[in-house]
Amino acid sequence: MIVVKARNIVTRFGDNVIHDGVSFDIKQGEIFGLLGGSGSGKTTLLREMILLQKIAGGELEVLDNSVVGISKENEKKLQSQWGVLFQFGALFTSLNIVENISIALKEYTDIPDKLIFESALMKLSMVGLPEKTAYMYPSELSGGMKKRAGLARALALDPKLLFLDEPTSGLDPKSARGFDELIVMLRQTLGITVVMVTHDKDTIEGVLDRFIILGNKKVIFDGNISELQETTNKELRNFLN
Amino acid sequence: MNNQPNVVFLRSAQVLKCQLIGNWTIQNIKKLYKKMDRLEGKRDFEFEQIVFDCSKIEEFDTHGIILILHFIKNIPSTCKIEKIGMSERFEKLFVACENNFPPSREKSSKQNILLKNLENLGRLVVEGYKTLTVFFSFVGELTHRGIDSFMFPNQIRFRAVLYHIENSGLMALPIIFLTSFLIGVVIAYQGAVQLEKFGANIFIVEMVTISATRELAPLLTAIVVAGRSASAYTAQIGVMKITDEIDAMRTMGFSPWNFLVLPRVFGLMISLPLLVFFADVVSIFGGMTVAATTLDVSFFEFIDRMHSSVDLKHFIIGLIKAPIFGWIVATIGCFRGFQIDNNTESVGRYTTISVVNAIFWVIAMDAIISVLLTELGL
Ligand SMILES: Nc1ncnc2c1ncn2[C@@H]1O[C@H](COP(=O)(O)OP(=O)(O)OP(=O)(O)O)[C@@H](O)[C@H]1O
Ligand SMILES: [Mg+2]
Repeated sequence: MIVVKARNIVTRFGDNVIHDGVSFDIKQGEIFGLLGGSGSGKTTLLREMILLQKIAGGELEVLDNSVVGISKENEKKLQSQWGVLFQFGALFTSLNIVENISIALKEYTDIPDKLIFESALMKLSMVGLPEKTAYMYPSELSGGMKKRAGLARALALDPKLLFLDEPTSGLDPKSARGFDELIVMLRQTLGITVVMVTHDKDTIEGVLDRFIILGNKKVIFDGNISELQETTNKELRNFLN
Repeated sequence: MNNQPNVVFLRSAQVLKCQLIGNWTIQNIKKLYKKMDRLEGKRDFEFEQIVFDCSKIEEFDTHGIILILHFIKNIPSTCKIEKIGMSERFEKLFVACENNFPPSREKSSKQNILLKNLENLGRLVVEGYKTLTVFFSFVGELTHRGIDSFMFPNQIRFRAVLYHIENSGLMALPIIFLTSFLIGVVIAYQGAVQLEKFGANIFIVEMVTISATRELAPLLTAIVVAGRSASAYTAQIGVMKITDEIDAMRTMGFSPWNFLVLPRVFGLMISLPLLVFFADVVSIFGGMTVAATTLDVSFFEFIDRMHSSVDLKHFIIGLIKAPIFGWIVATIGCFRGFQIDNNTESVGRYTTISVVNAIFWVIAMDAIISVLLTELGL
C-alpha cells in the first residue's frame, strides 16, 4: 500500500522555486529517507506532507487524502495518525517534558490518567532520557535531549506514520545508533511507516529501506543504498563521501 | 465481532488465567482498563500463579502493553506471573516496553491546603523582595551607564536612539493627536456647562490650558506611550533573550546596555517631551474649538486671554514631567524584558506586567510631583 504519493510537486517562496517536479512514492512499513544538500528543500517537502506548507503545483496524497483542498475533518483524522519530530524539537516551552509527551494522549484519548503518566515515562525512557528529566522544562535541556523528548512526544499516540526531521543530528554516535534501533524495532513490531530527513551516514546505510536525493529542484536519485553504490553517476556516488 | 477487546478470567484451584482477547490498542484502553480493574480484587492476589494468555490478541500497540504492565506491577511477588501465547512481534515490543516501564513508587501524600497557601504567600513575598533588589541594581547600573555615556558620548548609539525616537515617538503621533484632541474637547465641554451658569464663559481659557498642559496632556501621553512602547520593549528584549541573541551580543563584545537599553531610555526621554508639547497644542486646540462653538469665545479672544492670564509655569511643569515619565516607561519596559524566562508563556506574562507597572508608576510619579509642587507653592 502507498502511504505517501507525490507527483510533480512544485514549491515556491515568492519567485524562489524550491521544487520543480518532484515525484516519489512511500510504501507502508517502509523507512524512507529524504536526502539532499543543505537548502535543497527537504524540510519544506516534509512540511508539505504534514499540511504545514501549501504546494504550488502537482499532486500530493498522504494516507489516501489529497493535501490540496483537504477537509477539516480529514485533516484532523490525519493529524491523529501521524507523529512529527521537528528539526529543533519544537517542544512546548511552558510545559514540562512529561506534560509535553502526554498532552496529545490527554486531548485525544480517554485513557486513565495513571496510564497516561506511565506511558509518558515509558516513552521517555525508550528514547533514552533519564527519569529526572520528566519534570524539567525544555529550556533546561540540552539540544540533543530536546530532540529525544521531541521524539518521545511524536511517539506518544503510537502513530501509524512517523515524520522525523534529522532525528540523529545533535546526538552522540552511541545514542544515534540507539535511536536507529528504536525506529527499526517500532517498524518491526508495530509496522509503522517512517519518513525521515537525515544526513547521518550510518542511518542512511543501516536503517533506510529506500530514499530519494533532492538536488537541482528535482529528485536526482530514488532507490536504496546498494543501488546508489552501484550507480555509474559519479556525482551521486560521491554523495555519501 | 471477533475483535471486540475483552479479558476473560478463568479461575482454577491455584491458577488465575487471564485470557486477553481482541484489539489491545489505544482506542480500547479505557474499556479494557475497567475490565482489568477486577483483577485488583484482593482475592485474586491469593492465587499462586497468574497467567496472561496473549494468544487471542489480534492487534496491539504500546498502550495495550502498558495496560498489562500496569496491572502486573501491582501484583505482589508472592504470585508467580506467566505470559503465554505471545507472537514474536508482540514479545519484542513487550520486552522493549517492560525494560522502560517506570518502577512503581510511593505516591507523594497530598499537602495540607493551608500549608500550601502559606507556602505560596511566602514565595510571593520572597519573589517580590528579590525583584525589588534586582530592579534597584538594574536602575543603579542604568544610571552608571547613562553617566558613562555622557562622559564618552561616542559610545552612544545615535542611530539606535533615532530609530527609537521614530518608532516610539513619531509613530505615536496619530494616536496622541486623537486622544489629546478629545481630552481638550471633554474638558471644555464639562467646564462649559458650569461656567455658562455663572456667565463666566471666558474662564474656559484658564480651565482648559492649565489642566491640559500641566496635568492631562503629559499624563495621557505617557499612558499611551506606556501601552505602546513598554510592551514592545519587553517583548523585543525578551524574545532576543530566548533566541540567545543577547548572549551572542555579549560574546561579541556588544554591551546590551549600549545596544538595547540606553537607546530606548534616551529615545523615550527625548521623544516624550516632544510628544507632550504636541499634545499640549492639540488639546488646547480641542478646547478652543468647543469654546468657539458653544461658549462664543472666539479663537482670538481665547489666545489673547491665554497670553494675559495663564502662567507659563504650568506649561513648563508639564514638559519637565515628560522625560521623567519617559524614563519610567523605558526603564520598566527594558527591565521586565530581561526578566523573561526561556519560555513563551513568560513573554505574555511579563509584557502585561510591564505595561501595568509602567502605567501605575507614571500615575504614582505624577501624584508625587503634584504634592511636591503644591507644597513648594508652585
Ligand atoms: N519560509 C520561507 N520563506 C522563504 N524561503 C524559505 C522559507 N523556508 C524555506 N525557504 C527556502 O527554501 C529552501 C529549502 O529550505 P529547507 O528548510 O527545506 O532546506 P533543507 O533541505 O531542510 O536544509 P537543511 O538540511 O539545512 O535543513 C531554502 O533555500 C530556503 O531559503
Ligand atoms: Mg531542514
